[in-house]
Amino acid sequence: MVAHLVRLKLTLLRNGLRRSAWQVVGVVAAALYGLLVLVLGVAGAVALGFVDVQVRADVLVVVGSVLVLGWWVVPLVAFGVDATLDPRRFVTFGVPRRDLLVGLTLAGLLGIPGVVTAVTTLATPLAWWREPAAALAALVGGVLAVVVCTVGARATTTALAPVIGRRRVREVVAGLAIVPFIFLGPILSSLAEGAGRVDGLGAVARVLSWTPMGAPWALAPAVVAGDWTGLVVRLVIALGTVALAFVVWSWALDRTLAEPVTSGGDSRARGLGWFGRLPATPTGAIAARAATYWLRDPRYAIAVAIVPVLPLLLAVSAPEGALVLIAGPAAAFTVGWSISADVAYDGTAFWTHLASPLRGVADRWGRVAVAGSLGLVVTLVVVVGTVWYTGRWDALPALVGASTGLLLTSLGGASVVSAAVVYPVQQPGENPFGTKQGASAAAFTSQMVGFTAVGALAAPAAVLALLAILRESPGLGWVALVVGVVLGSVLLVVGVRLGGSVLDRRGPDLLQRMRAFA
Amino acid sequence: MPAIALHGLWRRFGQKVAVAGIDLAIPAGSFYGLVGPNGAGKTTTLSMATGLLRPDAGTVLVHGVDLWAHPVEVKRTIGVLPDGVRLFDRLTGAQLVTYAGLLQGLDRPTVEARTRDLLAAVGLEQDADTLVVDYSAGMTKKVALACALVHAPRVLVLDEPFEAVDPVSAANIREILHQYVAGGGTVVVSSHVMDLVQRMCDHVAVIAEGHVLAAGTVDEVRAGRSLEERFVDLVGGRISGEGIAWLRTSSD
Repeated sequence: MVAHLVRLKLTLLRNGLRRSAWQVVGVVAAALYGLLVLVLGVAGAVALGFVDVQVRADVLVVVGSVLVLGWWVVPLVAFGVDATLDPRRFVTFGVPRRDLLVGLTLAGLLGIPGVVTAVTTLATPLAWWREPAAALAALVGGVLAVVVCTVGARATTTALAPVIGRRRVREVVAGLAIVPFIFLGPILSSLAEGAGRVDGLGAVARVLSWTPMGAPWALAPAVVAGDWTGLVVRLVIALGTVALAFVVWSWALDRTLAEPVTSGGDSRARGLGWFGRLPATPTGAIAARAATYWLRDPRYAIAVAIVPVLPLLLAVSAPEGALVLIAGPAAAFTVGWSISADVAYDGTAFWTHLASPLRGVADRWGRVAVAGSLGLVVTLVVVVGTVWYTGRWDALPALVGASTGLLLTSLGGASVVSAAVVYPVQQPGENPFGTKQGASAAAFTSQMVGFTAVGALAAPAAVLALLAILRESPGLGWVALVVGVVLGSVLLVVGVRLGGSVLDRRGPDLLQRMRAFA
Repeated sequence: MPAIALHGLWRRFGQKVAVAGIDLAIPAGSFYGLVGPNGAGKTTTLSMATGLLRPDAGTVLVHGVDLWAHPVEVKRTIGVLPDGVRLFDRLTGAQLVTYAGLLQGLDRPTVEARTRDLLAAVGLEQDADTLVVDYSAGMTKKVALACALVHAPRVLVLDEPFEAVDPVSAANIREILHQYVAGGGTVVVSSHVMDLVQRMCDHVAVIAEGHVLAAGTVDEVRAGRSLEERFVDLVGGRISGEGIAWLRTSSD
């Protein structure tokens, strides 16, 4: 039975590759990345063999603990656990529970993260090649660590599925998860600083080695130190963790099989919201719908999540320079371009527009109105904030001109692009961090062409603004302001008109393509 | 003048011809059923008849006006409930119906009053303020039907409107539709359920592999037998024989 499950997983992988060439490209790219990590990991293990025993032990315990923690936590927020072998699909077959769990554990290792983790972990004995007894302990610890990783991941995801499955919770978790990624640089540098000082690493490692995450990695150091009690206790901790994870997984499985996860949650909203406030016209209705989605749909929030962070990052990395001033134009572009896949974000719900007596131009203006109002407020706040921070009030008109120009131009460009091309995107309620298979060449090409066109069209105001700031010439700044606003407005109107007529012609084709994605 | 007249509709997806030259006249004031096996081209035909899918060839006349030549004018007069598509499900039920009404160009008081009436009629008053994403499959069908009705269209085109709808709601919906037809409207529904079509519709067309096999009043098409028997005759595909011998648990 276990062999059957492993073979099933291999067949599924192979058939998945047959579906499209892009899938193969994706897998090859991921495999190369995995290979790189693997080589680095094994080389790191060998290299550790040449450093002082204490440092070697501390590094292994800390890095290993992070690895285990990653297996346990990352699937909850980011990529989800590999669902190709969903235990629920085996309900109708009489598979003994133990065979099912063992088979799924082994099958779970058949994948790039699984192989990389297993091989790297089983290479850790190389770090102990001078102490054969410790190497043996490291091998045992490595096997235990791999099992702790995979079974632990299954246990956490299955046990927390009812909570994470709730739409609201997942949206919030996914939204919060981006924050550490953005601050990854500063966090890592401060961690490194802390570890370098007063043997901070050693202290952390000593604590971690008694936890379920660190115990399997601490077996070899205990052997070297001749700490036999420590060895036994850590072995018990590691084995206990594996056993506990199996029990939790099995128990949680029983529960999900008996009561399937519902995405429910009683979300209600009083009254009509934006639909009662904006004008009662088709354009007003589309704006109201867009505004509602900006608030309720995390895909939009994530598209612009970088905006408040960028000025902080720039200010931290270059505290003296005027570099932080580019945060304003960057915010303008980010918000303006955020509607460049708006029809793709609608998905097949776009039929509502197609079935209505609606001109494409009305559709475009409704979407532009919301992104534009939000973009204008955000841009002005960031521009004034960065000018205040740098004390360069002379640059204000130039920056406002360049930013407004970029905002209007990118809104116009996005209006054309989103009417011309659709490609598979995350649908509402799907994990916004999950990667969408088959995100095609169309996505890449349209984004690149759009970027380039918007950049070129907004260049006049941007160049004038740059000259004004560098030469500290307020006169040139006012020229940049006028050029940015006037040229941007013209380009916005042209973009909306053009996008509207493209939408009138191609609307049904877009819907048909999105139906085919599903 | 027919409410919907389809002339020589063709549509191909890649290698597969989904609709191969369909001609159909749907009389004004009729309750028209469209039946056919899975993959017959019902959804494709209805999409092309409502402006959601561009035909490769052929014309669609709605009350004599060419849909694909004058889409804005024609779409004011038809209400659509497509199958297998999402809704803007982050809106509440009331917001979604309001949205559909405003997109049709109705003014605010009219939309407000009609939204209230429609949600009451399909039994969603209690859930007017719940997000559509949290609706059950049957409730989703019902709110989509309310969206299709909000602008009081002359023609109503419903693709599988009774799928996943419970019997009580289905009866309510049927009553709404019958009243609508009695008031001079035209309804086109597609369905798998022959019994339902035989009882509910006055006209029927049988479609298979992209062709119309039979069309007319229900009595003409069924020719004295039940619609289901006639359908199986027309479409074929019944597999007869001695069956699967070992599938008899009583033998051992």
